[in-house]
Amino acid sequence: MTLRLNHASLHHANGVHALRGVDLQIGGGEQVAIIGPSGAGKSSLLNLLATAVRPSNGDIEVLGERAWHLSARQRQRLRARIGLVHQAPPLPPRQRVVTAVLAGKLGQWNLGKSLLNLLHPLDVPGARAALARLDLGDKLFSQCQQLSGGQLQRVGIARVLYQAPEVLLADEPVSAMDPVLAGHTLSILSRHAREHNVTLVASLHAVDLALSHFPRIIGLRDGQILFDCPSAEVSHDMLDALYANEQLQSPVPVVAPLTVQIPRC
Amino acid sequence: MLNAASRDPAALPRLLLTLLAIALLWPGIQLSELDLGVLLRADSQSEMGRFVAQFWPPAHDEAFIELLVKATLQTLAIATAGMALALLLAIPAGLLASRALSLSAAARSGRPSRLGSLLRWPVRGLLIFLRSVPEIVWALLFVRAVGLGPAAGVLAIAITYSGMLGKVYAEIFESTDQRPAHALMQAGGGRLASFAYGILPNVSAELLSYTVYRWECAIRASVVMGFVGAGGLGQQIDLSIRMFAGGEVASMLLTFLLLVLAADQLSRLLRWRLT
Repeated sequence: MTLRLNHASLHHANGVHALRGVDLQIGGGEQVAIIGPSGAGKSSLLNLLATAVRPSNGDIEVLGERAWHLSARQRQRLRARIGLVHQAPPLPPRQRVVTAVLAGKLGQWNLGKSLLNLLHPLDVPGARAALARLDLGDKLFSQCQQLSGGQLQRVGIARVLYQAPEVLLADEPVSAMDPVLAGHTLSILSRHAREHNVTLVASLHAVDLALSHFPRIIGLRDGQILFDCPSAEVSHDMLDALYANEQLQSPVPVVAPLTVQIPRC
Repeated sequence: MLNAASRDPAALPRLLLTLLAIALLWPGIQLSELDLGVLLRADSQSEMGRFVAQFWPPAHDEAFIELLVKATLQTLAIATAGMALALLLAIPAGLLASRALSLSAAARSGRPSRLGSLLRWPVRGLLIFLRSVPEIVWALLFVRAVGLGPAAGVLAIAITYSGMLGKVYAEIFESTDQRPAHALMQAGGGRLASFAYGILPNVSAELLSYTVYRWECAIRASVVMGFVGAGGLGQQIDLSIRMFAGGEVASMLLTFLLLVLAADQLSRLLRWRLT
């Protein structure tokens, strides 16, 4: 098993129970989508799998190692093999795109090489290749603050592609993109995962994207797994139960305004 | 004002706060023995007037200009060497004292572990100690240790300014968005590398302008320390004041103006280049 959660819970400092006793096993090379309403704990689950946060209870095993039983140095080495795409990629506004992409390898480079790369980019062809796959090759030497939200998300994905991790986790990786670009970007991610035998776990807002790109779907609600099955078996009733919202049920059907979340640079 | 219709509920607290401020300021004026009446008395006025009247014309004979250039260069050298030494201590101390490099903070939504916070305290204490003793006291101390001359000024600036720079650097590192660095640490990056990629790009302009401003302060401080024998322009001003050579004092004050102006322009230039 590449990823294993044993009854893992996560409480935030403000008392919110983000995850309650989640059991999950994901094998090597699997491609899994996590869907669920806002606040269901999708980001928390991905952060937990990325060993970015420590579970309040329970245990996590990534790539055969119990992440929180390792020393800090060993954990950093393990983390270098895990890639996490953030929904709003946290990139310094004045950093150049080439530096932001090359930063994906910080976990594998020593300090001297990292600092040298800051003065002069050491692997421009590598960064250009990663960006070109996402159709951003011309933005190589732009500053991050000059890019749109969707472009920034693609820079974040390019960074993880350049990192070449064994486990690729993506938190709403296409939320700021138009539907065509979103589908295209997801197929790039899943093709990369297939070609390099990478385990891919992505959380998605758009159910249709999840169903069309991922063979296995996990429905998350209130910090618990509601269903975990092949995408062919996901039915309308299951989705209705997943997204049911008692508070929003109103007699008049309201057309929800289309909101595109633009992450800050 | 006192009738019910126009009554402001905030009036009474404001009045009380004003009275409180005056009550606190009055003993302060008493304690500092401030008596503005002295300035208006006739004899001190004429005394000051005579001294200021000598300021014009500023001294500009060749021998004095030569002396002035040498003293100015010495002042600049004291400030720059002092700052360079201060940076050697301030940068590592600022990094150690700052929460920005905390690995545990990255895993705990920004709160570092208790052990980490505990280990940061000795560094903070050192920085507090370094800057709590004024540079003039250090200068007096070092004048005894290394003798009269610029070396005492350099050491005094290095010690006090490393405390100030280290503290403010640590706070600048913490004041910016920590998520880029946290994301890099969560992807396996080392602390220093994550800092260089995630935090430095955001804070470099602020670091630079603060450092140049401190360099400007160091120029002024080196002048003050000149009065206790630590070389540079200050020593010359001290001599000139003692000899009632107002013209020379005026020339040196004009030099100061130019130095501060130049530091200001340098800071603007560097900031413009970085943004």
